[in-house]
Amino acid sequence: MTTLEDHRGEPMPQPLEAPPELLRVATAGSVDDGKSTLIGRLLHDSKAILEDQLEAVVRTSTERGDGRLDLALLTDGLRAEREQGITIDVAYRFFATARRSFILADTPGHVRYTRNMVTGASTADLALVLIDARQGVLEQSRRHAFIASLLRVPHVVAVVNKMDLVDYDEETFRRIAEDFRSFARRTGADDVTAIPVSALHGDNVVERSDAMDWYDGPSLLRYLEDVDVATDRLEHAHVRLPVQYVIRPHDDAHHDYRGYAGRVAGGTLRVGDEVVVVPSGARSRVLGLDTFDGELDEAGPALSVTVRLADDLDISRGQVLADPSSPPVVARELVADVCWLDEQALRPGGRYLIKAATRTTRATVTGVEHVIDVQTLERDATRATLGLNDLGRLRLRAAEPLALDTYAENRTTGAFILIDEVSNHTVAAGMVVEAVEGARPLVSPNVVRHAGALAREQRWAAIGQRGATVWLTGLPSSGKSTIATTLEALLVRAGRAAYVLDGDTLRHGLTGDLGFSAEARAESVRRAGEAALLLADAGTLAIVSLVSPYAADRDAVRRRHEAEGLGFLEVHVDTPVEICEQRDSKGLYAKARAGEISGFTGVDDPYEAPPAPDLRLAGDGSLDDAVAALERALGDHDLL
Amino acid sequence: MTDLSYLRLLESEAIFVVREVAAEFERPVLLFSGGKDSAVLLRIAEKAFHPARLPFPVMHVDTGHNFPEVIDYRDRRVAELGVRLVVASVQESIDKGRVQEETGPGASRNRLQTVTLLDAIAEHRFDAAFGGARRDEERARAKERVLSFRDELGQWDPSGQRPELWSLYNGRHRRGEHVRVFPLSNWTELDIWRYIAAEDLELPSIYFAHRRSVFLRDGMLLADDPVVPRHRGEEPFETSVRYRTVGDMAVTGAVASTAATLPEVVAEIASTRVTERGETRADDRFSVAAMEDRKREGYF
Repeated sequence: MTTLEDHRGEPMPQPLEAPPELLRVATAGSVDDGKSTLIGRLLHDSKAILEDQLEAVVRTSTERGDGRLDLALLTDGLRAEREQGITIDVAYRFFATARRSFILADTPGHVRYTRNMVTGASTADLALVLIDARQGVLEQSRRHAFIASLLRVPHVVAVVNKMDLVDYDEETFRRIAEDFRSFARRTGADDVTAIPVSALHGDNVVERSDAMDWYDGPSLLRYLEDVDVATDRLEHAHVRLPVQYVIRPHDDAHHDYRGYAGRVAGGTLRVGDEVVVVPSGARSRVLGLDTFDGELDEAGPALSVTVRLADDLDISRGQVLADPSSPPVVARELVADVCWLDEQALRPGGRYLIKAATRTTRATVTGVEHVIDVQTLERDATRATLGLNDLGRLRLRAAEPLALDTYAENRTTGAFILIDEVSNHTVAAGMVVEAVEGARPLVSPNVVRHAGALAREQRWAAIGQRGATVWLTGLPSSGKSTIATTLEALLVRAGRAAYVLDGDTLRHGLTGDLGFSAEARAESVRRAGEAALLLADAGTLAIVSLVSPYAADRDAVRRRHEAEGLGFLEVHVDTPVEICEQRDSKGLYAKARAGEISGFTGVDDPYEAPPAPDLRLAGDGSLDDAVAALERALGDHDLL
Repeated sequence: MTDLSYLRLLESEAIFVVREVAAEFERPVLLFSGGKDSAVLLRIAEKAFHPARLPFPVMHVDTGHNFPEVIDYRDRRVAELGVRLVVASVQESIDKGRVQEETGPGASRNRLQTVTLLDAIAEHRFDAAFGGARRDEERARAKERVLSFRDELGQWDPSGQRPELWSLYNGRHRRGEHVRVFPLSNWTELDIWRYIAAEDLELPSIYFAHRRSVFLRDGMLLADDPVVPRHRGEEPFETSVRYRTVGDMAVTGAVASTAATLPEVVAEIASTRVTERGETRADDRFSVAAMEDRKREGYF
């Protein structure tokens, strides 16, 4: 029994210097196992609970009138949780000792909350699995161990609680520890430990217990302070840096500055290192590693940094900088273990957004390999779908190539989420088991590219022109075509070969057989992109004016240009939908609103604005300004 | 291999979040009150895009009950960074009849800020708002996501939150909906102070011990100022105080302190036995679920 009087201790001395290390811990277990009490005890005995928080707990405990201080009240933060006396959601708690800072993701243990447990485990260095000493290793303990190993949590600790209720019996503990270890080993867990505790009385939580002198291991807190996590982070020696954001200051001091911002997801990047850009395949050398606090010689795991490269490559968000000797797999087909997170079950054959590292594209679920019964952990190969909290293995096909590692190799570049495009919910958490290199070649191996006798550079030199593509994307009636044709006229009058490929014009021929479904739009964008590519190769400035609503499709065109070594300028004609609708030059918004046409971008179909276009034109500005800005951007990118 | 100290890890994580949101959202904004958490947040954003400027504006929700030192500080930082400042005024919301001034004991403009904030988000069509909230502040916040979704009415649904796995944030939203982004979710109050000390970050002077005329109410020291009408028996006196949080003057209490330098403040925070909200925010002491209720409505 814990009383208020026990808590009037002196605060733990906190050094001015910050503790040197951070440990992320996930806990799984139910209220019945005494999990919340254990956490309350850890927080309390490490002096992480302050007086007013404790007083609130005392007040509520007193109101309930069972005379016991309910430390669980410290962690159950939501009204519904306090009212029902259960933990529903993941709660994050923080405490520190002189040696380490701890982030504790407290997750409910019940099978109905498997997804919350998966969430907590996804970022954890260590998982605590609570076991009631009277019950031994139950189905749910096995499930918790299984999830921890599925999520590749490097260390798993079985906390055998309520030892006071089994008279601190050594035999009982040994039997449970052995049971748990043998099961955990079968799930592939790397490092498994067991510690006997009584959370209620504090035995072996912070201090070693006198009641269990047969136990010669560390207390739980001491173990958390000592466990070696540095090597876990060193493990992933292959260099990975998913590009998040391209930094281009656009000011005089940094006119040519182009930095690729991201967080190191594996290995150590050093100045002078060769890197390969995945999926594009381009190679370069690290020229500089920039931070606000100065340039670095090297950048290790988890550091946010900005990379400058020796070559002027066109790298955008979603590409991964990697070690050329062991790059990630470029794959469209993948096999993955997933946890289904959404109320709405998996639609077999359904299409979802897939977000892996910093790239988002679409993916189709091509098959369900098996579903794991989370109670028995048996695999059922007969089930065709996954429901909420189900764990299973899927086959997926991505719309664009992804740079992937297996999750076993890298917990960042081997993980993904699936998003439902209609509800916008995060519906699945995925871990790559196998990524299939270069699946579905677009070109039959029997088609051999006809190599012209004339090199592109010779052609361009002879005609005194250089080709490139300007891609205007934006909502219908945003002003793309007007800007495109004005620019074309201006350039042609100045003696520059330029040619507009307009979406509406193309619909009369090249893309005349296509409808307006997502697939048809993707194909329409692909064809327009290929036509622009040929014009650019021939030495013409191709000016494409096309709604091209999906980022993935536009990115694919950009990558085609990069692969062919041709310039590509993405321009977002960013006119608010209200203004587009007012203009409604072709009366299409009115028809869409009236329900006469469906799948109309901006009305009932999404427009995915480019997150980082080369140029953004405010479509409600003047035409002259827009064209002048475009001309300037062409100059800046050396495309004129 | 460089092994990162835990403060650098927290910093790197926060920079990662800021860059993700800048890349995936069209119109982000950073909420900047001039308080210590938003001062750290602004420094993180500055670091995230260096050497470029912030690619989004900052917004101050101005209660009108400000400490002048904080407004000075705000304007100085904004000028240093060359960012655009948007001021959303609670006074204007009152003048336009969008909200009514609270009266009676415990009255403040704290809750009114929600309407002003949501109106400003709608007016400027912001789709993501960075805030400096931390999970250690309060129990309801311990359950909040890094990217916290708000519906078209600005409301938070704590039981319908999207699971957040690894560092894969899902910012998808419909027009009119927006996302609150909390890059400092995993920081504690002590981490904030240690970071401020490590960065030698400037803060408004009220965070450090100074002489001030105050009076005692509900165990808190409130500033003796026209915006905080004194009740009978509340006599002002001068003493050495500092503030642990910055908010509406009417409900933000000072603590008696002689900590005048950053190391002294860090030492004081490290040995405190009371949370910052419990000690200095009258509005959070009304009920155990006060914060959860305000957050549901769309509060910071």
